[in-house]
Amino acid sequence: MADEELSETDPSWSTTRRAVLRDAIGVGVATGAYGLSFGAISVASGLSILQTCVLSLVLFSGGSQFALVGIVGGGGAPMTGAATALLLGVRNGFYGLRLSRLLRLRSWRRIAGAQLVIDESTAMSLARTSRPAARFAFWSTGLSVFLLWNLATLVGAVATKALHDPRVFGLDAAPPAAFLALMAPRLRAREPRVVALVAAIVAIASVPFVPTGVPVLLAAGVAVVAGFAGPRGFGSRKAAPDDDASAVEVRA
Amino acid sequence: MWPAIIVASVGCYAIKLLGLSVPRKWLAHPRIAHTADLLPVALLTALVATQTFTNGRHLVIDARAAGLLAAIVALRFKAPFLVVVGVACLVAALVRLAA
Repeated sequence: MADEELSETDPSWSTTRRAVLRDAIGVGVATGAYGLSFGAISVASGLSILQTCVLSLVLFSGGSQFALVGIVGGGGAPMTGAATALLLGVRNGFYGLRLSRLLRLRSWRRIAGAQLVIDESTAMSLARTSRPAARFAFWSTGLSVFLLWNLATLVGAVATKALHDPRVFGLDAAPPAAFLALMAPRLRAREPRVVALVAAIVAIASVPFVPTGVPVLLAAGVAVVAGFAGPRGFGSRKAAPDDDASAVEVRA
Repeated sequence: MWPAIIVASVGCYAIKLLGLSVPRKWLAHPRIAHTADLLPVALLTALVATQTFTNGRHLVIDARAAGLLAAIVALRFKAPFLVVVGVACLVAALVRLAA
């Protein structure tokens, strides 16, 4: 949604806050379950418990982490794994482009907040209609996922054998379902719907032909084309008011 | 192994910080702002699609597709977040069990 439609205040803040917090914890629990399998797969791929935990703490981006240990586990060179992880991590940079206008993080908040720029916190934040709620959703989801993902990684790494196949309990169906649920409110408008559909088709169609990580980036091209050539791209849309230096600062 | 871990970790953090640090002025242009709006939607949907329908570099339709379908149905009925995710996992696990 465009920023000009975003209200600076939230009239029913305590209700919103409770709802956001409940969802944030829910997202944390869901990703935590997946974190268990990451810890297990990582150790099964030959990484130490310490290396596994460092990945979850410092890299902190599920897709990139799974790609790295998956490649190493499959006998690939560690640096090939790192390159793929970076390629997959590029999307977090794109999320930042969108979030920076929304969150307006400065100094240490930006240093700390950057680590929390992931799929889940972005989707949760963008699903909100007021700026305070969007900010609260970003931080609460980011911290909830960070805490539970790292805790689960440690448990999974230590308890390796039981869970090392995420397909047990259908856990591999969790991330797509979670992302879809988080995006659902944004998919009511026609344009994002079309962009989403075309992006999915482009990604799927390119999978057999390009290295891991590239299909999702090709899908980003769909957003670029729609953003520049779409119905609202030809100067018909006025600049968002929050780009104005005099914009009201709101609570974090 | 450690050099790869450090390169990937530091690199991924740098990408995140870079995205947040692009000057707001650059993003003020309507087309850029509009593109930035649409990027998360395109990226997340592509992620959903690849996580569901691929295995490595092969296209597959398996229990995950059933899970996603179940999630869509649950969303149609306005189920809360955890129910959507839970239903998807349950259906995927059941389809696998049946296969």
